[in-house]
Formats: sequence, structure tokens, C-alpha cells
Amino acid sequence: MDMSTIEQAKAMMTPHIGSAPQADIKVTARDVNVYYGEKQALKDVSVDIPARSVTAFIGPSGCGKSTFLRCINRMNDTIPICRVTGKIEIDGQDIYDPVLDVVQLRARVGMVFQKPNPFPKSIYENVAYGPRIHGLATSKAELDEIVMSSLEKAGLLKEVKDRLDDTGTGLSGGQQQRLCIARAIAVSPEVILMDEPCSALDPIATARVEELIDELKANFTIIIVTHSMQQAARVSQRTAFFHLGNLVEVGSTSEIFTSPRDQRTQDYITGRFG
Amino acid sequence: MSQLGRLFGFTDKTQNPERSRMIPHTVKSYEAELEVLDKKIAQMGGLAEHNLAQAFEALQKRDPRLADMVIAADSAIDALEKDIEQQVILMIARRQPMASDLRHVVAALRITSDLERIGDLAKNIAKRANAIADEAHPKPVITGLGHMVEMSLKQLKMVLDAYAERDAARALEVWRNDLQIDAMYNSLFRELLTYMMENPRNIGISTHLLFGAKNLERVGDHTTNIAETIHYLVTGQTVTEKRPKSDETSTTLHQQDE
Repeated sequence: MDMSTIEQAKAMMTPHIGSAPQADIKVTARDVNVYYGEKQALKDVSVDIPARSVTAFIGPSGCGKSTFLRCINRMNDTIPICRVTGKIEIDGQDIYDPVLDVVQLRARVGMVFQKPNPFPKSIYENVAYGPRIHGLATSKAELDEIVMSSLEKAGLLKEVKDRLDDTGTGLSGGQQQRLCIARAIAVSPEVILMDEPCSALDPIATARVEELIDELKANFTIIIVTHSMQQAARVSQRTAFFHLGNLVEVGSTSEIFTSPRDQRTQDYITGRFG
Repeated sequence: MSQLGRLFGFTDKTQNPERSRMIPHTVKSYEAELEVLDKKIAQMGGLAEHNLAQAFEALQKRDPRLADMVIAADSAIDALEKDIEQQVILMIARRQPMASDLRHVVAALRITSDLERIGDLAKNIAKRANAIADEAHPKPVITGLGHMVEMSLKQLKMVLDAYAERDAARALEVWRNDLQIDAMYNSLFRELLTYMMENPRNIGISTHLLFGAKNLERVGDHTTNIAETIHYLVTGQTVTEKRPKSDETSTTLHQQDE
């Protein structure tokens, strides 16, 4: 075997599991507590989320994973009894700073929900809506360009390019979800939050969305909440396990799903509790 | 666990602190499948132990009938290997095991293939027992071989217990002990070389005995493989320490200092 063959073989080897997170941190949370009235939903959550990668939040229902996800674009502000303490920063900027414009924040941090929720408008308008209200395009041609490239990035363009004026709600479930992803990326966000984006989709549509997530991670920081352990294992590079409002364990996905450190993580992902 | 207990697939649940401490699966049939897997491996290990002991007995006592029984009994080990492999493939397809369960099924697959190889090596010793049954046996070599068998069986028993009890420390102990088997093999190798040089007519039987010793040395290696697998199964970490080696026979040509 000559040297180049050995080098090639080395290049194909699986990187060692448990590798440290990338140095480039996008979102930093420190001691985040969330209360719904008297009830505490999150307890002292501190975590770093690396840029341009997929981080999965897993845990049983009511563990706080969705609550934490919604803290990252201040969706919890819409719930009157909800109170958030602690610090969340994106690129070092405190997103709970009172002077910060929440609308601007939500342009930087897009969100995709469990159930596809396209506007009852045309496919084109669904995607054009965000760029228009944020004033991202100065001409019709520029707006067309944004809509087309967003649909392309969401892997939907080929399927809808001849019927951009048809209503978005007329698409299949999987197509609707990809339309919502196109709508989210149309405003060029930095972070995309996904709250169980595939739970209403069939396996083929799920595979398409997962493939899309894999492509999008080159340009976006993606955080996904999922009930499917297999999905978390497939799409993410890092996984965080939540339980009873605590962030129990966070680590590289390969490590979490082969050798988790905490017994609770172990019990949950092997299907042993509640 | 006794060899007999393993042979008949008895498993004592109290013997497995790791599994009894663990909360059972929500899906009971999954839990049951994992238990069956361990039962089959215990059974396979028991058969391998049994066949190895009997193979040497057949050699020592020049008992072709016993040797033939060992040769025939190997098919039971092969059948168990196929069965376990099939079960693991099905479990991966149906359950998609994670974390400790994933390590469990992967370990089962690897241990099974090591045990199957041990079975083959025992069978090979039985075949050689038949080949040399009518020859005059060099007594000291047979005694040396007997010690090697004893040590190999002790190691095999310990590693199977370590598996049943999920005892990583015990597995590491087995892993380190292999040095002793290697040393025994070295000394037998030298002894047989001398024996062959003394009289060319000894070469036939010596070669069979040398292969017999080599088989036992290989049994030791498969046993250490199992020990490494157990370490990974229990801790999630592969053994990084370098194993002490003392098998020098691959670089030895003549007996030195004579």
C-alpha cells in the first residue's frame, strides 16, 4: 500500500466521537429560567449552540425543549403569563435587551412549526411576504429573485415553478412544510428554529425535509425540536436532552446516541421511561 | 455461572447487576428479546467451553469416539451463531436500538463471532487428536498443552462471567492475563522445536501438537477480543491501553543458546 492509499483510507475514517463543539458559537444561553405564572418550565439552562450546524433538542413531552426553543426568538413574549430570566445572546448580542427590536430579531431567527402553516395566499406571496415587510427588495425583479432562490434552496422550485399563483394551502403536506421553510429563509435569517417540522409528514416528505436541513446547515444555524430519536440521530451534529425543565446533557450526537453520560439520557433514548 | 448452567441456558438475573439496576423497557417484548440474546450467548459460551475441554480430553486419552463427538457438536455452536446474528439483524430493523442497547446488540454480534471461532479451533484440536491417536505422545508436551487448555478455559469462563455480570474490570483482567497464555505457547514452541530436531520422525506428531498449541493461543486472542467488546459494552469506551504481548514465535527460527 503506498502512502497516498493510506492517506485516502485515513480520510475516510469516521472522525472520533465526542469531538468538541466548533469554536464558532452562534447562540449562547446562560442560566435561563422560564416561568408560566407560578410554574417553572425551565431551570438554569446554559448551553452554547455552534454556528452552521444542526442542534437537536430531545426529551419527553413537557420537558421544556419547545419552551427553550421559543425563547431564542422571543416567541414566549406573546404569552402574557410567561416570564424569562437569564441571558440569551446571538453573536454576543443580548436578545432580551429592552432596546432590541423584536421584529428585527425574528427576521434573524426564523421559525418552522409542527404543522405546515402557509398563508391562504399564492405560493409566490407566501415567500414574498417576509422580504416585502422587511424591505429586502427594491424592485419586483429583485423580489422575484429572492422568491425563486428561496424556493430553490427549499427544494421546492422544480415542483411549483409553473403554478406560483396557485394557493399555498393546495400543496401536499410535505410541500407545504418546504414552502414554510422557503418562507423562513426568504428573509435571510441566521438561525432557523424548527419545532417538530416532520411530525405531520409521511416518510418520503420527511426524508426530503431532512435532506433539506442537511443542505441548509452550510449557511444557517439550525435548531430542531423532535420527538423522533432516529431523526435527531440522523440530522443533527449536536444533541441536547431536556428533562423536567433541566438541560440534562448536551454533546455530540454520535456520543449521545452511543454512550450518553447521564443515566436519564440513557433511559430516555433507549425507551425506558415515562 | 457454572459451565453446565451456561450450557443449558440458565441465567441468574441477580448475576447481572447492570441489567437489574436498569429500568426495564416500556415495550416488554424488547426487554424480553435482549434477555433472550444474553441467554443464547451464555449457551453458546458454555458449548465452546465444553467442546474445548472435551477436545483436549480426546487428545490426551487418545479417544477417537470422543473426538468425533466434539467435531459433530461444533454444528450446534454454528447454528447458535446464525440464530443470534439473525435475531440481532431483526432487532436493528425493528427496534433501532440506541445507546446501551445499541452497544448490547453490536457486542452480541461480535462476541458470537469470537465464540464461533473458538468452537472451530476446538474442533480442529479434536481432528488432530484423531490424526495422532496411534502415535507415541511426548509426555511433557501434552502436560504443557494441558496447562494451556486449563488457562484458556479459565480465561474463557472469566470472560463469559464478565459478560453476564457486565463487569468491565474483570474483562480487563482477562485481557491482561492473556500474556500468560502467550508465554506458555512460546515455551511449548521451543520445546517442540527441540523435539523435532532430535529426531525427524517426531516432526509429524510435533507439527500437529504445535498447531494444537497455536489453536489455544488463538482461543486466548478471541477471548481477549471478547474482553475488549465487554469493556466497550459496559463503559462505552474502547480499550486504549496497549496489550502486553509475549508471543515471540513469529520472529523465532532456531532455539537459542544451544
